[in-house]
Amino acid sequence: MIQLKVNGAEQSFDGDPEMPLLWYLRDVLGLTGSKFGCGVGLCGACTVHVNGQATRSCVAAMRDTAGKEVTTVEGLEKNGLHPVQKAWMQINVPQCGYCQVGQIMQAAALLNSKKKPTDREIDEAMSGNICRCGTYQRIRAAIKAAAGEMP
Amino acid sequence: MSAIENVSRRRFLAGGIIAAGALVLGVRYYSKLSSGDKLPHDTNADRATLHPNAFLGIDADGTVWIVASRSEMGTTSRTTLPLIVADELDADWKRVKIGQAIGDKRYGDQNTDGSHSIRSFYDAMREAGATARFMLIQAAAKQWGVPAAECETDLHVVVHRSTNRKVGYGDLASVAAKLPVPSREELKFKPKSAWRYVGKGEVSYDLEALVTGKAIYGMDARVDGMLYASVEHPPVLGGKVKSYEDKEVLKVAGVRQTVPIDPFQQAPAFQPLGGIAVIADNTWAAFQGRKKLNISWDNGPNETYDSDPYKNELRETAHKPGKVVRNIGDADAVFAKGSKVYEADYYVPLLAHATMEPMVALAEFKDGKVRAWAPTQNPQAAQDIISKELGIAKEDVICHVTLLGGGFGRKSKPDYVAEAAVLSKKVGRPVKVVWTREDDIKFDYYNAVASMYMKAALGADAKPTAWLQRSVFPPIPSIFDVNAVYGDPSHLQQGWTDIPYDLPNLRIENGPAKAHVRIGWLRSVANIYHAFAIQCFTDELAHAAGRDPLDYLLDLIGKPRTIDFKGVDYPNYGAAFDAYPWETGRLRHVTEMVAEKSGWGKRKHGKGTGMGIAAHRSFLTYVATVVEVEVNDQGEVRIPRVDTVLDAGLVVNPEATRAQFEGAAVFGASIVRSGEITATKGAINQSNFQDYPVARMAEAPYQTNVYIVDSDAPPAGVGEPGVPPFVAAFCNAIYAATGKRVRDLPITKLGLS
Repeated sequence: MIQLKVNGAEQSFDGDPEMPLLWYLRDVLGLTGSKFGCGVGLCGACTVHVNGQATRSCVAAMRDTAGKEVTTVEGLEKNGLHPVQKAWMQINVPQCGYCQVGQIMQAAALLNSKKKPTDREIDEAMSGNICRCGTYQRIRAAIKAAAGEMP
Repeated sequence: MSAIENVSRRRFLAGGIIAAGALVLGVRYYSKLSSGDKLPHDTNADRATLHPNAFLGIDADGTVWIVASRSEMGTTSRTTLPLIVADELDADWKRVKIGQAIGDKRYGDQNTDGSHSIRSFYDAMREAGATARFMLIQAAAKQWGVPAAECETDLHVVVHRSTNRKVGYGDLASVAAKLPVPSREELKFKPKSAWRYVGKGEVSYDLEALVTGKAIYGMDARVDGMLYASVEHPPVLGGKVKSYEDKEVLKVAGVRQTVPIDPFQQAPAFQPLGGIAVIADNTWAAFQGRKKLNISWDNGPNETYDSDPYKNELRETAHKPGKVVRNIGDADAVFAKGSKVYEADYYVPLLAHATMEPMVALAEFKDGKVRAWAPTQNPQAAQDIISKELGIAKEDVICHVTLLGGGFGRKSKPDYVAEAAVLSKKVGRPVKVVWTREDDIKFDYYNAVASMYMKAALGADAKPTAWLQRSVFPPIPSIFDVNAVYGDPSHLQQGWTDIPYDLPNLRIENGPAKAHVRIGWLRSVANIYHAFAIQCFTDELAHAAGRDPLDYLLDLIGKPRTIDFKGVDYPNYGAAFDAYPWETGRLRHVTEMVAEKSGWGKRKHGKGTGMGIAAHRSFLTYVATVVEVEVNDQGEVRIPRVDTVLDAGLVVNPEATRAQFEGAAVFGASIVRSGEITATKGAINQSNFQDYPVARMAEAPYQTNVYIVDSDAPPAGVGEPGVPPFVAAFCNAIYAATGKRVRDLPITKLGLS
């Protein structure tokens, strides 16, 4: 039995400990904000926070989440929208939107560790997140806009 | 995602259907549903108090329901088309609710491809709004006892100025619903000066849902009692299962059963590929079970296909006379005169769509009927193939359209939706079939591999005196007819038969190529390889002649004229020539404008930097693009800046249009940098983003500036036209920066590093 916290709530899991966190979130808990894109940690669509760190949930086995705190987009902000989400709306970032939750979770983690990231730091931090629609320049602009609004 | 619609709320509006005019508005559709034994097809718009046509309904509380009949994959058409209705209705956008249509032919064409949603539905959307506005004005006039001519609309109200009276749309809905629906001839459309939204645009109706994870894609569809499936497809197109062993599969926790799927018959079209499905309680268990399958395959005739020799075959074919698809003068006579001749071969490999959301669909077969939930660009095609596969009537197939996590043409082909329906019937439960990324890359409908041979003779003024171009590619019709080997007019038109240059001697040919994989539409389609060849060859000729590429390009485009397609099978993207003539002056204009905006010829370029230019019309839109590149000593290519100018006629949603062209530059960057699918013994070699890389943030253009030409011409496409000129301009910029000419894509073969 694996005990973990998801968006502040205690959860326990007694299935296959090799099951990636992504499928536990999506198929078991019904939290579908985190997306399946590649299954091997190459695209970032599944990005969530595990103990505050941006993590590719498609390659994070449930056994490694024991005792951890998982935050998904559904729990990113208790009240209203997170500054990163607000910036995403202000800059009108999404096209199809499928990768954007992963991008937002990655960006939120970046801004938690770097208040004012440079272009290079943004490129590096976001390099694991693919957007096939090609919204990168807006993502960069939104991260800069959100940087001024982080608590 | 509740599948249950409240049928008791359904209301029928006598006479509530306007006469023919726009093809989509004149369909009387309810007779079939009233028998009570059919699946419900109605929407909130249908159920509203005032419901003058299929696209629109107004409730007594003033809520305006607008049906989005086209699929949303990121182009914002789900927002932009309703915006046209709302504008003509004079509705408050904040009081508009959008409902996504199911597949239903009363909406007309729903195949959301070809960059024509706005072009084909602009008039229909205006009519829908104007019809309701007409009826609301009539209702208010009746209520006030004044002539309708004295009434007008303001935001969500009808007003009578002289008596200073006004009444809200909601309050008028039930009275208006009793009035006859006007004919198109009676309608009065708003003048441009009164437009509220058209030309100004709006952000996506779904924007907040998209950033909060609440948006529902196909991947997120759920119904009670559903099972999950993952399918091992034949590795070679047309392959069949000889035998298989599933003992180990069934030992995997959560796996329920395995189910064979029949191979497709004749040409693949949109049929499921066949193979063995693993059915499980969750996606992960299905994936794990699949790894334990032991299948013996009969690969069939495509096992002989290897992409390397195939490339050489295409090139050889391109060097031989082909089918002449357009001819002016006598190019060979000029070539024979012994003037200086330039030749070049260009090559673009197979390309995969790699939408961020892999193929996925949920379907429930029950009591001889199917409900499907799918991220599809083409729900009516999904109905068709499901009805064929299951032997049921098309009306007994409901296809709900979710949001699409990218489409780019892949999701116009509903093979994966049919797969879910077939499995649900075999399993007796709702089944959600989830493709892995590997499935997505290996079992795509690829953009055709293409080889282009170009030849030109230059005169004393450096302008071409003769021009020959030959393209060879396995055509898209091969998915419907295995014997199809020549390009069809709808793809030869894509930047090939419509070369915009004023050439005295021109011959355009196409050679045969047999397909060994499924070929399909991918964003910009044949324009990608055709524009690459023509626009890069033009750049080569400019350099050969010692001319500035911009000046040379403008010289070749020549004076403004309308291209005469007499004797040429040129479908003009299905648009009428009088509304959408091919005007070289518009191409010239965007080219001149992009030169000015990009600072062409005015900015200094140091070592390893350079700019490239290209101009191209596709999907009826004229685009010119300048790309700036920097190549460092390690051969790494950066794209600091892109400038692109487009003339798409009337642009309804400029903000969404800019986003499409920004995205097109990134899509093009992926094609040039790393887009390549290859095959060995008929099986695709690539599998995921490590071997089919797409542009990441640092590889994408740092800044793409998009400029929209102000135009009153009718609306043209915006989703695709940005890609082709970007690809060519990027390659031309690489030459300017490095002196290395790109003739084979992707540039991994160029030896920059």
